Amino acid sequence: MTADADIAPAHDAEEKAPGLSLTERLISAPAALPLLTFAALLIVWEASARIFAIPSYILPAPTRVIQGFGAVDAGRWVAHVWATLRVALIGFAVAIAVSLPIAVGLAKSRLLSRALYPILVVIQSVPVVAVAPIIIVVLGTDDAPRVVITFMISFFPLVVSMTTGLMATPPELIELSRSLRAPQHREITQIRLPYAIPYIFSGLKISITLAVIGAVVAEFVAADVGIGYFIQFSTSMFKLPQAWAGLVILVAMSLTLFQAVSTAQRVFFPWSLPKERR
Amino acid sequence: MALVPEAIRFKAVGQTFATESGPLTALSGVDLSIAQHEFVAVLGPSGCGKSTLLRLTAGLMTPTKGHVSVFGHAVDTPRDDVGIVFQQATLLPWANVLDNVTFPAKHKRGRVDDMDRARAAEVIEAVGLKGFETRLPAELSGGMQQRVGIARALFLNPDILLMDEPFSALDALTRDAMGFELLKLWQSSPKTVMFITHSIPEAVLLADRIVVMSARPGRIIADLRVPLGRPRDERALRAPEVQDFAAHLRELLIAKEAMI
Ligand SMILES: Nc1ncnc2c1ncn2[C@@H]1O[C@H](COP(=O)(O)OP(=O)(O)O)[C@@H](O)[C@H]1O
Ligand SMILES: [Mg+2]
Repeated sequence: MTADADIAPAHDAEEKAPGLSLTERLISAPAALPLLTFAALLIVWEASARIFAIPSYILPAPTRVIQGFGAVDAGRWVAHVWATLRVALIGFAVAIAVSLPIAVGLAKSRLLSRALYPILVVIQSVPVVAVAPIIIVVLGTDDAPRVVITFMISFFPLVVSMTTGLMATPPELIELSRSLRAPQHREITQIRLPYAIPYIFSGLKISITLAVIGAVVAEFVAADVGIGYFIQFSTSMFKLPQAWAGLVILVAMSLTLFQAVSTAQRVFFPWSLPKERR
Repeated sequence: MALVPEAIRFKAVGQTFATESGPLTALSGVDLSIAQHEFVAVLGPSGCGKSTLLRLTAGLMTPTKGHVSVFGHAVDTPRDDVGIVFQQATLLPWANVLDNVTFPAKHKRGRVDDMDRARAAEVIEAVGLKGFETRLPAELSGGMQQRVGIARALFLNPDILLMDEPFSALDALTRDAMGFELLKLWQSSPKTVMFITHSIPEAVLLADRIVVMSARPGRIIADLRVPLGRPRDERALRAPEVQDFAAHLRELLIAKEAMI
């Protein structure tokens, strides 16, 4: 055979033509538009806070929020961030470790999926915020109960996306595996799991954000350090600018973690992304 | 004439599936014998049980009635000497061409050794993909992907090659080219081929024999020798007796459609 057939273009390296209008250029630069919108929002916010003299315990102006960062020293901030980050990451890791075998079981065995799935749905329907105080009472006040709460909030989307992914393998590949009489575990590790990667990562992206929420919820209930604790403590003292500063840090943490998951996918599994995003 | 061993044998084979709307008979009373190194095309409308025929031969399932045997042995499990090419290439998107071709070794034995890589180089060259070993499937055209699918099936050097509408997802020109190249491959390294298709010209171009199936429940309504020598080219296909043969096949298929 000859290989004269065309090669599908993997990357279209198109050059931006010169002489685009400002709007066109804004639309083509992906970060520019949202950044500009955000800056405009900040200006409007600052201006209205000053013009209407909104009290800072209702809505502090952005400049007041920046001052809020100075309320505690850097070392204290690091301690708060580290406490929240640690619980979020450990809870996230536990969620991955628990949901993977469950997903494999659900995907492989109809019996198991009939037995387990209703229980999972029930667990998922339990409002974790309401159970959090109970968990704290049962497990004490160190990291353990906070990790459990984080795990409970973040694991369900992982189970669902992993199971969906494990079952999304083309049936022909499963037939190929059977026709080779390969051991069962290789069907999972060499075909089903890699095929599930895109699904797993969409689950991971949802789950990592939920893990931050879980850590904060746990801190609301019982903690003496952490961003969630800091926000709750600050609001109880009506120190809204510093509560807002905590919120900003929380958002930054969530975004960074989300971005880290996206980057991991792009670096380790570039083939799992749609072509235009590789 | 020397006695040619029988590669594939169907004896009164019936296949019924249990479905939600009751039992569904996909195949009924199928008798078929394919000699070693024979190229047989199976022609029939979609849903008539062609893929089921192929799965039974591959040992991916056992018939509810009758017997299927390969080289004289009842088929109750997949065999090493049978390779499958699917309609879609269904390659591993994360693995390059070389890794896709050696996948059977990796999957079966858990590792790929130098002999496997040498064998892969052979089949990759045979399907015309030399120089593309490190490409990912997404970087290849549909025709090239299917060449990888064929190379993967040839990798374990099977005696029997089962092909389930392998070119039907390709555009017409690529499809013709692939047909001729498959013939060259088959002539340089003879194999028993069961080639499923619903294209009359494709069946006529490729096969020694054409088995025509009826719509559900699938049964064999004709088993005809193609009146063409080898090697074949475009011109031979335009010969009047070949045209008449194709017209006859068309009538069979149309009569069969009318029975639905
Ligand atoms: N595993 C199965 N379970 C139930 N029905 C099936 C199964 N496999 C095939 N069928 C049915 O059997 C018939 C023949 O299928 P198939 O062999 O795939 O036909 P073809 O390949 O000729 O299009 C179809 O009606 C199909 O829906
Ligand atoms: Mg089919």
